[in-house]
Amino acid sequence: MKIHEYQAKELFRKYNVPVPDGGPAFSPDEAKKVAEGIGSFPVVVKAQIHAGGRGKGGGVKIAQSMDEVEAYAKEIHGMTLVTKQTGPEGKLVNRLLVEKGCNIAKELYLSILPDRETAKNIIMASEAGGMDIEEVAEKTPEKIIKVYVDPLVGLQPFQLGEVTFGLNIPKPAMKQFRQMLFNLYKLFVDYDCSLVEINPFVLTAEDEVLAIDAKMDIDSNSLYRHKDVQEYRDTDEEDPLEVEASKYDLNYINLGGSGNVGNMVNGAGLAMATMDAIKAAGAEPANFLDVGGGADAEMIANGFRILLSDKNIKGILINIFGGILRCDTLASGVVQAAKETSLNIPLVVRLEGTNVEEGRRIMEESGLEMITAVDLKDASEKIAAAVK
Amino acid sequence: MSIFVDKNIRLLVQGITGNEGKFHTRQCIEYGTNVVAGVTPGKAGQKMDDVPVFNTVKDAVKASGANASMVFVPPPFAADAIMESADAGLDIIVCITEGVPILDMVKVKNFLKDKKSRLIGPNCPGIITPGQCKIGIMPAPIHKNGGPIGVVSRSGTLTYEAVFALTNAGFGQTTCIGIGGDPVNGTNFIDCIEAFNADPETEGVVMIGEIGGNAEEQAAEYIKANVKKPVVGFVAGLTAPPGRRMGHAGAIISGSSGTGQSKIAAMRENGIAVCENLGLLGDVCKEAFK
Repeated sequence: MKIHEYQAKELFRKYNVPVPDGGPAFSPDEAKKVAEGIGSFPVVVKAQIHAGGRGKGGGVKIAQSMDEVEAYAKEIHGMTLVTKQTGPEGKLVNRLLVEKGCNIAKELYLSILPDRETAKNIIMASEAGGMDIEEVAEKTPEKIIKVYVDPLVGLQPFQLGEVTFGLNIPKPAMKQFRQMLFNLYKLFVDYDCSLVEINPFVLTAEDEVLAIDAKMDIDSNSLYRHKDVQEYRDTDEEDPLEVEASKYDLNYINLGGSGNVGNMVNGAGLAMATMDAIKAAGAEPANFLDVGGGADAEMIANGFRILLSDKNIKGILINIFGGILRCDTLASGVVQAAKETSLNIPLVVRLEGTNVEEGRRIMEESGLEMITAVDLKDASEKIAAAVK
Repeated sequence: MSIFVDKNIRLLVQGITGNEGKFHTRQCIEYGTNVVAGVTPGKAGQKMDDVPVFNTVKDAVKASGANASMVFVPPPFAADAIMESADAGLDIIVCITEGVPILDMVKVKNFLKDKKSRLIGPNCPGIITPGQCKIGIMPAPIHKNGGPIGVVSRSGTLTYEAVFALTNAGFGQTTCIGIGGDPVNGTNFIDCIEAFNADPETEGVVMIGEIGGNAEEQAAEYIKANVKKPVVGFVAGLTAPPGRRMGHAGAIISGSSGTGQSKIAAMRENGIAVCENLGLLGDVCKEAFK
């Protein structure tokens, strides 16, 4: 789960990772109040959306007076911010972060993430701060310091040293930087982060260390033990149908673009293979709904309704290979929902696996109009033909 | 022959008294798997059908001689359950549970280093040696006994697709393993391929990958350097948009790494027969395994 910069900074404060004074604002008036509280200029007004590249898109402005704070806040609040991460449609800005500006002497990069290959937590740091780190990694990999932390032993003092010396942190700031990194690692572990990234953190002219940006992604699987973070969820940042599906514990993914085939599948791998096959057959998938293993008929019915509420779709493909999920359960749910919603677009169904005979019987006896398919290739070709 | 599991498995089930645990334990028993014990803390003395239930894995092992575990406990307790089984010295631990936090798995993986246990999963369908032993949730009837093909896959349902295609094309399976869709898991592609390569009865391997990480690329290089048996490869997610998590926690293209295209290219470069459309897997196998 992604959280906003200002939310990440709230957690940073809690863990004594130094951040600039300031706070969130949900309107231009509130932005002025926060700026008044800061009491000096410059003040930075930042758009809060779940995407990077905000500065280049015009979502970060530096104000030298209260009038400028008001003007920039009015400009950014309510704008549709387009960055390289939002896609061309952009994102509506509803929240701002207003912060005290600082005297930047140097910009650096710092992140912590779990490494799938080594099963360690990696600290990545670089003196090339404020830049796209992937680009730095590709062009000048020697500029990136990597320290692998054993999760059972934790971050050790020599490792703090490797990062501190590697970044050429000046002597007066060393102690503060080591403490910041130590605290940040603790935050990373305590909150089950899949990424903590500060790009950039800065050394100020006064030799202070300050996180002027903050990005935190929290492992969705761990949310059961982070009740405070659950409140950080911003459903405005999510696709409305994805939000709706998550209420029923269903995994719905809107693929964006111009697709017109809706898909109900079980399992992420099968979902991806089904999308690939539909494209290969010359049609475009719009979305998929992964009903997973534990779904009951009611959940399936809800899922089917969600698929149908996507107005772009011209046909539905159900591709199920039952394992944990039983085909009869699936069929009952689909039949229930199709009848309630008086389905009027083509439906291609391919069922295989656990309790398949019973599932097929339920579908056939329902009198539902549908096209049956024998395998993935057959199914993708039939749905492609049906939506043409 | 087979890899990792055969008729000598004596299985215990962690979380045997839950709904999913019960249903799939029964399915495994029906298939012929020797299920000797169940573990649910606080429920010692009870029975699930005829299977005795114990409080701890060590108690269960002492009483039943279990040498493998199937884990069905909910995500908050799954890492603990895996470590308990490893600490009790089981040979094989198959974790079906989906949704284990990644930092839990990072710890588990390091905990397992000096243990003899092989972990399969989490977030996987399990492992089956057709005709001998099923530990997991896969639909049994689609399998065909006796080999000669081994199957290894990151995805549950795609394992079924691959097996089904093989069976329909007349190929039996030695062992089929779903290694799971999480970013950090136990057994990986190379572990399985190495074992299939050493198994005299396995004559060819089907490997099913998906976007995210670089396990497929590494496996492809390993295959070129070490494996003489024919390998057929498939990668799901060629058309997946970058930066989106495609359902599996591990299935995400980060920046320019983990794309399906790079995996397919690595497979081709290293002599793996790539199947581009899963519906054609049977045909590709007929060609590769003739």
